[in-house]
Amino acid sequence: MNTSVPADWYLLLSAALFTMGVIGFLSKRSLITVFMSIELMLNAVNLSFVTFAHEWHAVKGQIFVFFVMMVAAAEAAVGLAIIIAIFRVRGTLTVDQIDRMKL
Amino acid sequence: MHLVLFFIFALFALAGAANLLLQKHPINSALSLIVVMSSLAVLYLLLGAEFLAMAQVIVYAGAIMVLFTFVVMLLNEGREEKTWGSSAARVVGFPAVVALLAVLASAILRAGRHYGTVSLSDGITTTQDLSRVLFRDLLLPFELTSVLILIAILGAVALARKDDGNA
Repeated sequence: MNTSVPADWYLLLSAALFTMGVIGFLSKRSLITVFMSIELMLNAVNLSFVTFAHEWHAVKGQIFVFFVMMVAAAEAAVGLAIIIAIFRVRGTLTVDQIDRMKL
Repeated sequence: MHLVLFFIFALFALAGAANLLLQKHPINSALSLIVVMSSLAVLYLLLGAEFLAMAQVIVYAGAIMVLFTFVVMLLNEGREEKTWGSSAARVVGFPAVVALLAVLASAILRAGRHYGTVSLSDGITTTQDLSRVLFRDLLLPFELTSVLILIAILGAVALARKDDGNA
């Protein structure tokens, strides 16, 4: 049996995941979980890139996802290093208490 | 078959994302994010992106999330306390999020009538196709990402190093 799925279901899933990432970004109070929500949003956008690459038979959409992954890896490395630096100075990761630009 | 696989793994992804939001401890959020990323890898495979599915498992679910769980365990932050911010943030924030989802969904549904369907017999984009474009047409951006990764490594080391005065 070879059933098929409309392409916009994938896009709706991507929109739902992106919105959940936005909710997490706005409502979570731990800095590291806020950072995870950003990764969730990046993943949701990647899913719609892959869907459109499939829809238009364009390889470059998938290449774009590849680049997003590379940038996300660099971002995670630097971001987590910043989180460690903040924790070392402040002793907390609660975003309500990290309200000054100065470390 | 495709429909069943799509529903199973879309459900896994949504359940993982919801669990990420509901859990209080960062390590539980990190583990449910791994569930989301792994099920997205299966969805990539269903969409015929075999290389990206593998890269998703190795880079995202593997490397990046190991980094996350490592930092969570290193800092041992414990449960987050729930604060709800100001009432203005609540009054504006939740309708704004609902509006965002509504706008995205309506735009997708309006445009989606013209889109085709996805099935298992569509064929896959092989790694060969991908690398031909990547290493021929987009060689310069690819090389630039290697510089970016190098800078990120140096930055991460410089930021996370203990500041002993002579930095």
